Amino acid sequence: MPLSGYEKFVSKPSKQELEEFRAGASAWFAENVPSPPDFVMPLTFMEVGTDEQFQFLCEWQRKVYEAGYLGAAWPEEYGGRGLNQRFQEIATDEMRRHQSPIMLNTIGLNWAGPLILDMGTHEQRQRYIKGILSADDIWCQGFSEPDHGSDLGNAQTRAVRDGDDWVINGQKIWTTHGSYAKYMILLARSIPDAHNKYAGLSFYLAPMNVPGIETRPIRKLTGEYGFTETFFTDARIPGESLMGEEGQGWTVAMRTLEYERNARGGQAGGLAFVAPDRTEAIDLARRAQRNGKPAIEDPAIRDKLVELMIEHQSTVLCARRAVIPPLVAERPMSLPLAGKLMTTELDRRLNEFAISLQGQAGAYGIGSPEGLDRGLWQRAYLNSFSATIGGGTSQIQTNIVAEHVLGLPKH
Amino acid sequence: MRERHGPIGCSHEQADLLESATRFCEDKSPIAKVRGLLEDEIGYDLDVFAEMGDLGWLGVAIPEAYGGAGLDLAEVVPLAEQMGRRLMSGPFVPTTLAGQLLLGAGTKAQKQSLLPALAGGEPATVALAEPAGNFDLAQISCRAERHGESLRLSGTKCLVLDAPVANWLIASVSLEGSVALVLLDADQIRQAGPVREKVIDETRRSFRLCLDGLEVPGSALLDPVATLDALREVELAGGLLSAADMCGAGASCVAYTVSYLTTRKQFGRLIGSYQGLKHPTVEAHVRMEQARSHVYAAAHTFGKGAQGEIAVRMAKAQTGPALAFAADRSIQFHGGFGFTYECDAQLYRRRALWGESQYGDAVHQRRLLADLMLSGNLFAEGARGGHFL
Repeated sequence: MPLSGYEKFVSKPSKQELEEFRAGASAWFAENVPSPPDFVMPLTFMEVGTDEQFQFLCEWQRKVYEAGYLGAAWPEEYGGRGLNQRFQEIATDEMRRHQSPIMLNTIGLNWAGPLILDMGTHEQRQRYIKGILSADDIWCQGFSEPDHGSDLGNAQTRAVRDGDDWVINGQKIWTTHGSYAKYMILLARSIPDAHNKYAGLSFYLAPMNVPGIETRPIRKLTGEYGFTETFFTDARIPGESLMGEEGQGWTVAMRTLEYERNARGGQAGGLAFVAPDRTEAIDLARRAQRNGKPAIEDPAIRDKLVELMIEHQSTVLCARRAVIPPLVAERPMSLPLAGKLMTTELDRRLNEFAISLQGQAGAYGIGSPEGLDRGLWQRAYLNSFSATIGGGTSQIQTNIVAEHVLGLPKH
Repeated sequence: MRERHGPIGCSHEQADLLESATRFCEDKSPIAKVRGLLEDEIGYDLDVFAEMGDLGWLGVAIPEAYGGAGLDLAEVVPLAEQMGRRLMSGPFVPTTLAGQLLLGAGTKAQKQSLLPALAGGEPATVALAEPAGNFDLAQISCRAERHGESLRLSGTKCLVLDAPVANWLIASVSLEGSVALVLLDADQIRQAGPVREKVIDETRRSFRLCLDGLEVPGSALLDPVATLDALREVELAGGLLSAADMCGAGASCVAYTVSYLTTRKQFGRLIGSYQGLKHPTVEAHVRMEQARSHVYAAAHTFGKGAQGEIAVRMAKAQTGPALAFAADRSIQFHGGFGFTYECDAQLYRRRALWGESQYGDAVHQRRLLADLMLSGNLFAEGARGGHFL
């Protein structure tokens, strides 16, 4: 991955330093990872649907940050530790190993934060970065609109300059943490008569606690909550909310998506999601019964399971190959741009398969005591669409690879 | 073997060989050349093969003591990949496999007498397959019987690549109930009367050998103690090089499809703008990218016990179907032209059919992988969430 500007000034750590750091992190997480609460633990930040889940995860993120295992590679002057990115990778790795709950403030940590560090002013960094890490300031994202899901460039929410302020009118959808967030990264149209749809957009770091912003929860296909619709009615936000120049909104938004798609470094790190992975799928295949025998003894199940494991290993290996220059010399952007497509589609099919291998028990619903693992896999499968649809649908991702990697025509 | 860390990596030598092989194969094997060789009796360009010998390609994975470069099969992988990319065939892979098999099971005298010439570019081959079609190379019906100091052979070997040009070959036979490997020199190969087989991939030259009545000296027997391991290893080496070959072919197959999709118009639009063609082409590309990751991972971990074996089998299981898909869609997306012999898509499709048939197809690999990965404790607590294996 290309390094963000500020990282390259940080010295390369020695093996010993890294090992010591890992030992410290490992010990800390072993000691501090909380035991599972009696409510359902969200596996991604998009699954936070109740106040108790939200509070629990806020407190946990703050604790991890204060222990020094979040934002370790972000600059010290803004609240990070100024360490090499490797340290944060190790910390994240240890979180996963110790089955830590997720880091809640994903939009702040992985989208807004890197963007502000990359493009923001000194004042913006001072104002926002520390609160992102400590979870004092929860961030949400306002890109998608009801009529413009995949076609972000067509966003119609209006921003009008009025004195020193901007006045916002319109509607956003799929706002994660919409009811909890203090700030939103907002894409809105400030120049309606620009020469093309992209040139009319501007990008804002908008406060959510101003009059005229209302949120309404959306019930997901799982039956749970986790997103809101967000309505703007003459909502007045200060002039300095503008990120970059007026009319640069599309460029800034695309840059933000690059952080999200992991095509650009600079994220705060931290565990963003917990996916029931292949090891658990194998374990499940041992426990699940089909026709009175463990599913793992069924040759057809074994074949399919191995197929998915090969594909899982593909995604692991592709992520690693992406940073080996001689092995990506001819198409350096191919693996980064295809990454989301590969991983999210695999995850969806893995979860789907995990239900099917349960045979009759696949009939039970989410949370059902009769279901294997209380319907964990049923829930994971239905939730997995959030990743194949959100952040650019698989079909849009496919178009991106087609056009930007293979050079196929857009029209 | 040199120390290699992690599941995937690229040595300096690999990177250098990849770069030079990319240029060499592109230069030496334009598509007109490939087409010209389809009808050729020998099936490859002797001068180009001699140049590969001069470049040291045949000696890459041969120890320096025998005149090679002392590298590993990992460094052969980029060569096989780039040859596959330009639809090259010929004795490079069979010679490499013969060398590896001799290294694994040959006696010191056999290695000393044969490997230096092989490392310099003298072709050899292996005769391991039989008409029964067992992917398990230890299931053999050809026989050897002791007759005083010599061995009398019988049975039929098939799918022996480039037999008539080989200076020697290694054949697998059953001797006193065990698998044995014997050397045949050029005269003995001739005596076995190689008969050309009609194979689906017309860039290959494949032969059937009748061993009946052949008599070889006892000194032609490879070390019986090392034989089974060497045979297992060469099956994996064959799988890896076949996967590398198909991986290269897949990259150019996708490029070939893309070039048609970006020039051919129907209903006033470039056909590549239709998502019905665009999206499967991306799928082919992504599957080939995944295959390439597996191939270089398998190269990197080759010879490393269960991890190495799993990596090779995954590479083979991923690559064959990926190339098959890429080529199958390429034929379809070329429309009427795709149905003609003139369209190159068929060359790729045929190559995939050949590659799948060699050293275990995807179904076979997955069955072995299931035994390797689902039975034991490989994914126990220690491996969870961390590195694979």
